[in-house]
Amino acid sequence: MATRTAPAARRTRPTTDRVPGVVIAGATCAVLFFAIPLLGLVWRAPWSAAWDVLSTPEARTALRLSIQTSLSATAIALVLGVPLAWVQARVAYPGRRVVRALVLLPMVLPPVVGGVALLLALGRHGLVGQYLDHVGVHLPFHFGGAVLAETFVAMPFLVLTVEAAFRSTDRRFEDAARTLGASRLSVFRRVTLPMIRPSLVAGALLCWARALGEFGATITFAGNAPGKTQTLPLFVYVTLEGANSDAAIILSLVLVAVSLAVLVALRDRWLTAL
Amino acid sequence: MFHASRRTLASIAVCCTLVAAACGSSSKSSSSSSSTASAATAGAKLTGSLNVFAAASLTAAFTDYKKTLEAQNPGLSITNDFAGSQALVTQIENGAPADVFASADMKNMQKLVDKGLVGTPQIFAKNKLEIAVAPGNPKHITSLADLEQSGIVFVLEDPSVPAGNYARQAFQKAGLPAPKPASNELDVKSAIAKIESGDADATIVYVTDVTAAGSKVEGVAIPENQNVIATYPIAVVKATKNPAAAQGYVDGLVNGPGRQALEARGFLPPS
Repeated sequence: MATRTAPAARRTRPTTDRVPGVVIAGATCAVLFFAIPLLGLVWRAPWSAAWDVLSTPEARTALRLSIQTSLSATAIALVLGVPLAWVQARVAYPGRRVVRALVLLPMVLPPVVGGVALLLALGRHGLVGQYLDHVGVHLPFHFGGAVLAETFVAMPFLVLTVEAAFRSTDRRFEDAARTLGASRLSVFRRVTLPMIRPSLVAGALLCWARALGEFGATITFAGNAPGKTQTLPLFVYVTLEGANSDAAIILSLVLVAVSLAVLVALRDRWLTAL
Repeated sequence: MFHASRRTLASIAVCCTLVAAACGSSSKSSSSSSSTASAATAGAKLTGSLNVFAAASLTAAFTDYKKTLEAQNPGLSITNDFAGSQALVTQIENGAPADVFASADMKNMQKLVDKGLVGTPQIFAKNKLEIAVAPGNPKHITSLADLEQSGIVFVLEDPSVPAGNYARQAFQKAGLPAPKPASNELDVKSAIAKIESGDADATIVYVTDVTAAGSKVEGVAIPENQNVIATYPIAVVKATKNPAAAQGYVDGLVNGPGRQALEARGFLPPS
């Protein structure tokens, strides 16, 4: 195996010892476990019907809506998540660990529970939602509800990735810029952000992929309204149950393809640098 | 480089068998009882385990029936799985270990009949539609036509859900345009949950769902000439490992304690 850099070679040097059979067996099963469901999709896919499925107005609507909601969620996550990541990485304040747990929670929480929590907070009779309703902001069954559900579940991926990057940047560049008279905001914008750009892109991609795949929180909080909250995963679920399982399989494969594309985009980060 | 020894290959085989066994464990549980139940005849005690897949609107009645039947047959263990009929059909088509299937419409049952997956269905109950609103009817909804007024958040079940299909038929019978609900919920329970949480003002469910929700929702009757009668068929799933108990369950529902449980929950008799 050719190695590109010396440190990488040291870390990933293949073992020359004999690997115990039971380890190989376990590893083989794990690989099969991941591979077989994908083969199942490919095996049952009605390839000849693929174009017909993708050109139905319902599927187009769900696809368009998924792109819109997931990009909106990613945009919100960038606007709110980057400052949060910066604070978490750079500011020592009491309660920082509590905030960190709060940020991590949506990653480990069942998304349906997240949806219920959002409903109780932002639903029409919710803690905050009752006031939103008065000023004409409606979230359940509306586009904004789907975006918020996705943001809730996906933003932690961005915050964690970017926070790690803020921690590992070399502060001397920022200090130098400050001594040369740059304002704090200018340093952040022109020195810090460019330095963490790879992590920013990776975090945004991860966040977007998670938002695109969101199901549980969306259906619980935002409902299943075609054109408003029925994103691709909801559409897949509903059509699988209805008359058209072909559409469900084809659209599942679309989501698999998108997920693979995200992995390829992040390949330098994940597929080689392990 | 590793050397794949015979032991390695054996380990792989064992491991894969374990994975397969884990995946199939749910179906194994029902097979363990097959031999004991096969001897059961009419009047004899039902034994073994039964997986009953039933429309979400049957939740209360079937839960009552399960308790009665299990009390009468100490060797019987029933597991109920409630969901939209269309979801259950998909699961059974893909090999879910159901012994009995009860649908809220003939359409979904017919899909399984056509595929030869179930025996002959028997109609065991009927139901009517009703508008469900918040207690006190704050939005003063009195008819189907009121549901589509502006300012009313109105949800419905997806057209693939029996109740959603029936409700759209009711709009048609009332001479109204096809409804455009704020959300297409996946079964009657989630539709009525939206009324209970206050996020929707109205939905259409079965009369029995309004009864089951108690004081959390209020029903607004739909006139007979606009209403649609829901027909509930039940059938034994052909792949069952416990056919005697499955048939016993169906018999008890058509003419026995199940009938009483259904009537107590407001279902109409089958004919």
